Amino acid sequence: METSCLRAVVIGIGNTILTDEAAGVRVVEALERAYEVPPNVQLIDGGTSGMEMIEELSNLDILIVVDVVKTGAAPGTVVKISGDEIPVFFRKKLSPHQVALPDVLACLELLDTMPKEIIVLGVEPVSLELGMEMTSTVARQVPVLVEMAAAELVKRGYALTARTALVV
Amino acid sequence: MSKRITIDPITRIEGHLRIDVDVDGGKVQKAWSSGQMWRGVELILLGRDPRDAWAITQRICGVCTTVHAITSVRAVENALKLEIPLNAQYIRNLIILAHSVHDFIVHFYHLSALDWVDVTSALKADPDKTAILGESLSSWHLNSKHEMRRVHERLKHFVNGGQLGIFTNGYWGHPAMKLSPEVNLLAVAHYLQALEVQRKANKIVAILGSKTPHIQNVAVGGVANPLATDSQAVLTVERLMAIKGWIDELSDFVKNVYLIDVAAVGAFYPEWTQIGKGITNYLSVPDIPLDTKGTQFAFPGGFIEGGNLAGRKPITSFNDAYWTKGVEESVKHSWYDYEKAGALHPFKGETKPNYTDFKDDAKYSWMKSPTFYGKTAQVGPLARVLNGVAAGHAPTTKYATAALDTVSALAQTKIGLDAMHSTIGRHAARAITCCVNVDLLADQWTALLSNMGKGDLSTFNKPVFPKDEIMGMGFHEAPRGALSHWVVIDNGKIKNYQCVVPSTWNACPRNEKDEPGPYESSLLNTPIADPEKPLEVLRTIHSFDPCIACAIHLTDTQSDTAITVKAV
Repeated sequence: METSCLRAVVIGIGNTILTDEAAGVRVVEALERAYEVPPNVQLIDGGTSGMEMIEELSNLDILIVVDVVKTGAAPGTVVKISGDEIPVFFRKKLSPHQVALPDVLACLELLDTMPKEIIVLGVEPVSLELGMEMTSTVARQVPVLVEMAAAELVKRGYALTARTALVV
Repeated sequence: MSKRITIDPITRIEGHLRIDVDVDGGKVQKAWSSGQMWRGVELILLGRDPRDAWAITQRICGVCTTVHAITSVRAVENALKLEIPLNAQYIRNLIILAHSVHDFIVHFYHLSALDWVDVTSALKADPDKTAILGESLSSWHLNSKHEMRRVHERLKHFVNGGQLGIFTNGYWGHPAMKLSPEVNLLAVAHYLQALEVQRKANKIVAILGSKTPHIQNVAVGGVANPLATDSQAVLTVERLMAIKGWIDELSDFVKNVYLIDVAAVGAFYPEWTQIGKGITNYLSVPDIPLDTKGTQFAFPGGFIEGGNLAGRKPITSFNDAYWTKGVEESVKHSWYDYEKAGALHPFKGETKPNYTDFKDDAKYSWMKSPTFYGKTAQVGPLARVLNGVAAGHAPTTKYATAALDTVSALAQTKIGLDAMHSTIGRHAARAITCCVNVDLLADQWTALLSNMGKGDLSTFNKPVFPKDEIMGMGFHEAPRGALSHWVVIDNGKIKNYQCVVPSTWNACPRNEKDEPGPYESSLLNTPIADPEKPLEVLRTIHSFDPCIACAIHLTDTQSDTAITVKAV
C-alpha cells in the first residue's frame, strides 16, 4: 500500500490553563514547529474537547495520543501505553455520560471506524494548579515526547522532515 | 431513617460536580450541588491584553469553547463601544448556531438518552415492528425495516462480543426504565444516526472558525475570515454552498427525529412532567444580533418571575441597564471570601479562595451563587423557550406547539405548557430551541450571502484602546443558557474579569438568603427507587445539561465515579 493512503493523527489533549495539564497540547505545538509532516499526518490541538473530534479520528491507521497521565509513577516520568494495555486503559473509565477521548473512541467503535492502532504517550504531572506555564520538570519532557511521537511516525513509514534541516 | 447519597463526580464532562441528597421515605428531602474544582481563569487574565482574552477564555471548558470566545470579544467591544461589520456578525452567528445544534444533539442522544433508554432491552425488540412504529411517528428516511434490522444486528454483535463499551455503566434493567423494546431500539438507531449527523454541525464550525475544537477566526472588532467571491483560499461561495447542504441535513434530523424522540420520551414517561420543577424564575438573554451595533436580535430574552409568563420583563440589548444592574454573585456558601459581607456586582467581583471542607450549612462549593435582583434564577433552553412564548416570538411558539401536540397525540391526553416546568420539559425546550436555531442557521446563511452579493466584503474594524478606565459586558444565550463576561480595562490592560456562566446560575449553592439553587431545588421530592442506583437524580441533573466550566482532562487510571450511601 502506498504511504499516502495511510492516515495518522497526533492529538495533544489537556487544559492549557492548568499548568502541567497543557503538556499534550504543547507537545503537538512543538512537533509542528520541529517537523514538516506529510498531508496524511494531522496534528491536532484537542484541548479538552470530545465529540467534535469524531470526524478527524475516524478510520485512522494510527492515533497517537499525548496527554498527562496518572499511573502512580514519579512526576515527570514519561510513559508509553500501547497494544493490549490500550483497551484496558480506556475502557476502565467509560460511563455513558463522559465525553472525553475514551468516549470518542467508544463512539468510533460503534461506528466501526476505530483507528487500527492507538498509542498513548504521557507524562506524569507535578502540578495541575491554575496557570499558563508548565512546571520545569514537565516542560523538560516536552522535547522527549516530541521525539518519541516523531519516531513512532517514522517507524511506520511517515516521512517527517526536520524544519531546522530545511533552513540549512 | 434518612439516607445521605453522594455522587462524586456526577460525570467527567461536568468537571467534578458533586451532588448530595438526603433521602427519607423514598423521596429527596434536601439537596446540595457542589462544584469540586476551582475555576480561576479570571486571575490568569489580569494584566493581559484584552484582545487575547477570548483565546484564553475558550480554554475554560472543553465543551463550550466557542461560546466563551464569542462572549469575550463582545465584552471588550462593548467596553470600546465598537461596532463590528455586518458580515462579522453573520459569521459569528453561524458559528454560534452551528455549535448549539451540535451541542443539543450530542447532549440529548449521547449524554442523556441512556438515562431513559435501556440498551439491553433493545436487543429484545422486533426490528420490523420498530420500523412500523418509527414510520408512524415521522417521515425520516432512516426509520426503515432495513435500517432497524441493521442496527439490531450491530447491537447484538456489539453486546455479544462483550464490547458494551460506551454502554457499560448504564442502569440497565432499573425499575425506572419503562420504554418498550421497540422504542428502545428506535432510540438506539437514532443514537447511532446522531453520531453521524452531529459531524455536519461541527464541520460548519470548523470551516467558519478555521479550526475546531478551538476556533481561530474571532477577533475584537469582527472576524479574521477574508471573504471573497473568487479566491480559493478563503471563504468562497463554493464552501458556503457546502455549508448550506449540511444545514439542510441537520434541519431534517432535528425536526423529524430529535423533536419527535423527545416528545415520545415525554409521552412514555408522563410522571416526569411532574418531577424536577425547582426554581421557576427564568432568565434568558436575547441573541443572534442582526445589526452592527447589536441592538436588534433574532430571538428575545427576559426575566420571568415565579413562572408568571404574563409578567415577563424584557432584556433588549447589550446595554440594557435592567440586565447589567440586576446581576450579583454571593459567596456565602462558596469557598471564597469577599472583603465585606453581601453579594457583589461582577464589575466589582473578587476571586479570593477560602477552602473550608464541605459544610452542609455553610460553605460547600467552588461555585459562586448568582442572583438577578436578589433572586436565584434558572437559565437554559427552558428559560429561553418560556421567554420566547411569553414574548410572542413566532418560531419558538411554532415548535413549542408542535412538540406539545406530538406529546399529546402519543399520550392520548392534552399536555399543555405547564408540563414544561419539569425534567422532561427541559429536554423538550432544548429540542424546541434546536429547531428554532437550525432555521436561524439557514436565515443567517442567506443574510451573509445576500450581504456579500451587495459587494460588502468587510469583516473587521480595528479596535483602539483609550488610556482611561473602561468597562464592558458581553452576553450570549449559550446552549446551557445566559453566559456573560464582565471586563474592566485600564490603559489597554485587563484590570478585572468575571465570567458568570450558565452552569453557575443553575448549579450554584444556596444564595445570600440561604435559598437553594436550581439544581438543588429541582431535586426536592424526587422519588428514589434504589439509593444505590440513584438514576432519578441523574435524570434531573442531566436535564440541565450540566457542564461545570473548567473540565480538567487528566487521564486518570485510578479514579471512578463513586456513589456512596450512608445513614444520617
